[in-house]
Amino acid sequence: MIEFIQLVLYGVVLGSIITLGAIGVSLVFGILRFAHFAHGDMMTLGAYFGFVCYVTIGLPFWLSFPVAALAAAGVAVLIDQTIYKRLRRSDPVILLISAFGMALILRSLVQIIWGPSNLVYASGIQLPIRFGELRIKEDHFYIVGGALVLVIGLHLFLTRTTMGKAMRAMADNVDLARISGVNTEKVVIWTWIIAGVMAAAAGIFLAMDTRLHPVMGWRILLSVFAAAIVGGIGRPYGAIAGGMVIGISEEVSTMFINPSYKAAVSFAILVAVLIYKPTGIIGARR
Amino acid sequence: MSLLAIEDLYGGYGGADILSGVHLKVDAGEIVVIIGPNGAGKSTAMKSVFGLIKVRQGRITFDGKDITRLPTQEIVRHGICYVPQTNNVFGSLTVHENLEMGAFVRRDNYAGQFDKVYDLFPPLRERRNRPAGHLSGGQRQMVAMGRALMMEPRLLLVDEPTAGLAPLFIDQIFHIVKDVNRLGIAVLMVEQNAKKALAIAHRGYVLTLGRNRHEDTGPNLLADREVAEMFLGG
Repeated sequence: MIEFIQLVLYGVVLGSIITLGAIGVSLVFGILRFAHFAHGDMMTLGAYFGFVCYVTIGLPFWLSFPVAALAAAGVAVLIDQTIYKRLRRSDPVILLISAFGMALILRSLVQIIWGPSNLVYASGIQLPIRFGELRIKEDHFYIVGGALVLVIGLHLFLTRTTMGKAMRAMADNVDLARISGVNTEKVVIWTWIIAGVMAAAAGIFLAMDTRLHPVMGWRILLSVFAAAIVGGIGRPYGAIAGGMVIGISEEVSTMFINPSYKAAVSFAILVAVLIYKPTGIIGARR
Repeated sequence: MSLLAIEDLYGGYGGADILSGVHLKVDAGEIVVIIGPNGAGKSTAMKSVFGLIKVRQGRITFDGKDITRLPTQEIVRHGICYVPQTNNVFGSLTVHENLEMGAFVRRDNYAGQFDKVYDLFPPLRERRNRPAGHLSGGQRQMVAMGRALMMEPRLLLVDEPTAGLAPLFIDQIFHIVKDVNRLGIAVLMVEQNAKKALAIAHRGYVLTLGRNRHEDTGPNLLADREVAEMFLGG
């Protein structure tokens, strides 16, 4: 039983990371109608930006985090304006393939700049805090707490600000948004800023939990997409539910199967959801 | 000078022309109705004003200014709003948020406009925090018009507002159109329900095959024999 609770706790940590990635995937899909395959590598890039701020430059962590997140958001906007924007009117499959290409470019760039081996934010072993028989690392509090703050921030943005409402409006009905006079290009830029910040946060948290590696984001991309689809793609709130379902299932599954098959668990859930409830557990938009 | 003037307009959705020489004008404060058989280009003519089709030839002026190929956002700023026939509300946004989106391009303080819209559509006031997608067809039509009115437009374009509504609501919608018009807003409306629409219209146009067929005052068109046979069910 203790082992189960321990795994659920790890699952919440992993779920927080996946959620942040899945929110971006879901937002981008809702606004631009394509699967952003470069999102995992956006996470990787954000993690390495965090490395530059925290380790290379030596900024304090509380400053490194927002600087790295904003830098990643800048890159996301830059990619959109230079590449995706030109393809805006073409078939979604063309955007999907260009995103795949972008994923390869980002990953290779990370590898060229920072090398192919593992890096860490802080060396040495962090001793877990004990709660009876449960063990929780200090970083886990930061990860879950940070994700919670970002998700609440996103919620306030989507429900309290005009730009956030315009984002939901555009995901609902692009034509009507345009007819209402909504500046859709501006909404697109804000979508990338948020997706970029969330991806960078996910990458940094993932690197805190494990270590930095050029394929770290690509490896978790399947779980991220599974979370976005399980939650109902195009629905950022669904991504939260999906992220937790995928994260906890992956961790708990290690009680029964070899941990190297963790990713297969999210794939199995994804397939099951697509068969039995293709609109996702929250219900995707039509 | 007319508020809106469409002169000799040719255009469509990129393929063959759907409009082949449409003339149309709306004066300030008027209700103008476009009727005609399916495929006559009624909705297309209306969309042309809003920059939603490819205009190949011709000119559209609003208040003396050429708006022929302006982007939609600019046209909204000029004071024209458009209520599409279908998918005309943001289903997952609340009623109030729908109205807010209508005022997206406004930079002035428009808080008072909410009250004006709620006064015009009292059922919306009590449902302001409900998602628009959960409302009835008639109420959704109110949200759609309310959203357009948030800009305080001088011209409202309404595309078949009664399509798919129960008879009870149809009369209600025509009442609403009249109420909107009473605020001094000119209305250009495409409508299948020709008889009822012409009854509230100052003037009407009959389009066939992308061209003007008839043009007269509402009552005269209602009395016209050919129009009656073709569109008013004898």
